[in-house]
Amino acid sequence: MNWFGRLLRRSRMEDQLDRELSLHLEQHMAALIEHGHSPEEARRLARMELGGLEQVKEACRDARGTRWLDDFLYDVRYALRTLRQNPGFAAVALLTLALGTGATTIMFTLIEGVLWKPFPYPHPEQLVRLQEQTDWSTAIGNLWGFTYPNYLDCKRDISAADLAVSSIVRGTVSAPGAAEYVVGAEISSNLFSLLGVQVAQGREFRAEDDKPGAAPVAIISHTTWESRFGAAPETIGARITFDTKPYTIVGVMPAGFRLADGELNILTPIGQDTSPRMQNRGAHGFQVWGRLRGGATIERARSELAVAGSRLAQQYPETNKGRTFIASPLRPEAGDTKATLWLLLGAVAAVLLIACANIASLLLARAVSRGRELAMRLALGASRARLARQCLTESAVLAVAGGGLGVGLASIGLRPFIAFWPGGLPRAWEVRLDWRVLLFSLAVSVLSGLLFGMAPALRAPARDLEQTLRAGARTVVGSSRRLHSAFVVSEVALAIVLLVCAGMLGRMLQRLSALDPGLNVHNVLTARTVLSPSILTDAGRTRAAWQDLVDRARRIPGVEAVAMIDTVPMRDGSNPIGYRTSPAMVPQSDQPIVLANCTSPDYLSVTGIPLRRGRFFTDQDRLGGQLVVVIDEVMAREAFPGQDPIGKQIWDIMPEPATVVGVVGHVRHWGLAGDDESKIRAQLYYPFAQIPDAWVQRWSDLMSIAVRTRVEPRSLLQPLRVQLRGALNDQVLYEVHTLEELDEASLARQRFLMFLFGAFATLALLLACIGIYGVLAYLTGQRVPEIGMRIALGASAGEVMWLVLRNGLIMVSVGAVAGAAAATAAVRLLVQLVQGMRGAEPGTFALMVLVLIVAAMIASFLPARRATRIDPVEALRQD
Amino acid sequence: METPKSDLPQGTLDLLILKIVALGPVHGYAIAQRLQQVSRDVVQVPQGSLYPALHRLENRRLLAADWKQTETGREAKFYRLTRKGRSQLDIEAADWQRLARAVGSILAMPEGGAS
Repeated sequence: MNWFGRLLRRSRMEDQLDRELSLHLEQHMAALIEHGHSPEEARRLARMELGGLEQVKEACRDARGTRWLDDFLYDVRYALRTLRQNPGFAAVALLTLALGTGATTIMFTLIEGVLWKPFPYPHPEQLVRLQEQTDWSTAIGNLWGFTYPNYLDCKRDISAADLAVSSIVRGTVSAPGAAEYVVGAEISSNLFSLLGVQVAQGREFRAEDDKPGAAPVAIISHTTWESRFGAAPETIGARITFDTKPYTIVGVMPAGFRLADGELNILTPIGQDTSPRMQNRGAHGFQVWGRLRGGATIERARSELAVAGSRLAQQYPETNKGRTFIASPLRPEAGDTKATLWLLLGAVAAVLLIACANIASLLLARAVSRGRELAMRLALGASRARLARQCLTESAVLAVAGGGLGVGLASIGLRPFIAFWPGGLPRAWEVRLDWRVLLFSLAVSVLSGLLFGMAPALRAPARDLEQTLRAGARTVVGSSRRLHSAFVVSEVALAIVLLVCAGMLGRMLQRLSALDPGLNVHNVLTARTVLSPSILTDAGRTRAAWQDLVDRARRIPGVEAVAMIDTVPMRDGSNPIGYRTSPAMVPQSDQPIVLANCTSPDYLSVTGIPLRRGRFFTDQDRLGGQLVVVIDEVMAREAFPGQDPIGKQIWDIMPEPATVVGVVGHVRHWGLAGDDESKIRAQLYYPFAQIPDAWVQRWSDLMSIAVRTRVEPRSLLQPLRVQLRGALNDQVLYEVHTLEELDEASLARQRFLMFLFGAFATLALLLACIGIYGVLAYLTGQRVPEIGMRIALGASAGEVMWLVLRNGLIMVSVGAVAGAAAATAAVRLLVQLVQGMRGAEPGTFALMVLVLIVAAMIASFLPARRATRIDPVEALRQD
Repeated sequence: METPKSDLPQGTLDLLILKIVALGPVHGYAIAQRLQQVSRDVVQVPQGSLYPALHRLENRRLLAADWKQTETGREAKFYRLTRKGRSQLDIEAADWQRLARAVGSILAMPEGGAS
């Protein structure tokens, strides 16, 4: 029987122990009576010889080795009893703990799922991402996607890792079922086996599929399989039409399969692609994946890549000079989500700490008021360690119960919180409460339990036994008072940090919302548009189709103006291009960069961007005429400082130099928060009508339409869809946004942070006030006789009130000073991590500190007023 | 005149209990009785420490226990030796005898005239 079994059979063992010992006594008595003792005498002697019955039992229990567990269970029962006796305290403590651990658990779950968890491929530690790196950098950095020829050379030269490649493609799936614009990828046939992914149905691509001229085959996503083919097994071998080309479906991706972070609808073998970019050593944008071969380290792969890089740089100087290849562990890229998550974890940890300080001071107050009871137990022979353990058990019960509730809250709140995340949380589908999270929550609960249990436990076994027993209920022990003040000070300091952060975020949001986006965001609908794939093969027909599309849209009732645009303001996507203002050649790294926008003549009427000088495009700006561009104020300042830009020429935007014909207002393309801080702000517009025929098909893929409406813009979506459907019913609108939505979304992260920090700060303020109230009420309660004496000796109500208020004020002031210092550091951190945040504004700072001090004074006022109502006669008679 | 009683050296109680139980299944009171009788009252076992010792030995799986009827028809907890208890007894008994012999031979040394 192990100790656990014994524990379960505890009551039976107790019963048996009873029977064993009483039998012993009976037999002994019988023997003694036989020797001539009277029954009374025999009982006495037998008991005496055995020693105290209870002591023997205790010793037997000790011998069984379950002693500590017995004690523990006893302590737990005792703790539960005390909590039940004090339901108010228990409820507040449990609720604050549950909120604190719950929020912390959610943040940790997200951090674990989004930032730490490796990709769900087998042996993720062997996977690497390969990129090209240049020894010069543009405004976007010095890392590039691969080119296909470079990939092939690296794959041949590298022995440390096996390589695979993919390239994102977008297109229209038009049969079977309704036309839909989807994202897919071309992949090398070894990508699945390299990642360690198995198809759900059918087969993977084979090497013989991965060649020019091979039969066109495709692997479709699980969702496509379900939605278009009803998950039928005979889908394998069926046809799917992607960008007018029929493919035979050979496989279905596993459900939820994603390449790094994007969901892909259709995969085709990359080797079948015969477009010029496959031979172009300057066409970047291929993703290269590597898996380290058995035993090879990433360092070996890196040095092999460096060798390959310098060889290719010598062989192909015009494209590869100063260019090498790097490998990095394949890790999820979380972007600014990382900073947001850590910020929020910090905030919730502060709330949890405040909750802990609160509970600690309440427990301490109780421990001190129980000082006499504990001293009595010490005097009766309980060990100090035993009493400390009992106190800790109480805190542990509280902490674990609160933590359990918190995990419950987290599991309920996790999905809604993720849904609430602005712009969607990356890898949200992989976030879940797993054992690591549970372990973390348990650790947090136990730690907080220790945190708030330590003070009372150390304090509990009264130091000076005799004195405690003699002093009666009236003791105010100095050390407990100092501890109480320390709790209040730390609560106030933490609350101030959160309040100041929330205040600064609020000010920032106020400032940013007041900014002018540079255009009129009301009543504009934008949508990406794909033309019928059958048209796109011919440049002339494509131009005509766009013209037709714009005309049709314009005729819809409620539409005011229609334009084409490739990069919609504040939407993801931009087209940064290096340009020159003179014909002299400039190295690529020294070129200024501008955000180029391809558009049509009515763009200004649609967006309301103000024309500052010159003119915008007209229908007369066509192919064969003078090439024209329009620039914004920022570019005018950057490119032609102090000069009139009208009539100046710009190289590298179009195949031939283009003439500046107008200057327009700057648009905050990077959003209200990001634009002022972004590196590339200059903007330039060029007419779609003037791009060369060779570009038309590619540009067509990128175009959106923007529609200014007289009515609620979303209400025109359906008429637009119907009108623009095309003769073959295969032209679709997707990524539909109103400019107003995009404008709002550009501040979504800031608003989200502001909202959460605001909520946490409010909670922190509330908790700090409860803490201050509790501590002052307790300390004042301890001083009742003293205050009574003062009143009896003639102290006025004001003086008594001041006595208590001063107490609170000192604690709050010390906390405020510490908090202000910490808040300054926190704001500095925010400035680094949050776009649009500026340094601390003294006004807001002071205001938030003031809010806390006022709240704290209100919290202190109640105990202070109670102190003035102390009846001196009763107070002096006490105890 | 009563024979002077000796306290048990540390750790020997377990050995004695094992030995007595080795003679056949026996309950607590009988063990106490037998210890006293066999040692002719020389060894005084404090009864208060007998039962904890029994429980400890049971916990270490040197003893096992069953509830059986006594001669007087009462249910009692009878202890018996386990195989592990048997080998423990052998080891401890051998140890004890070696020690006793050694102590005995030291005490038997003639005094004086160490040259």
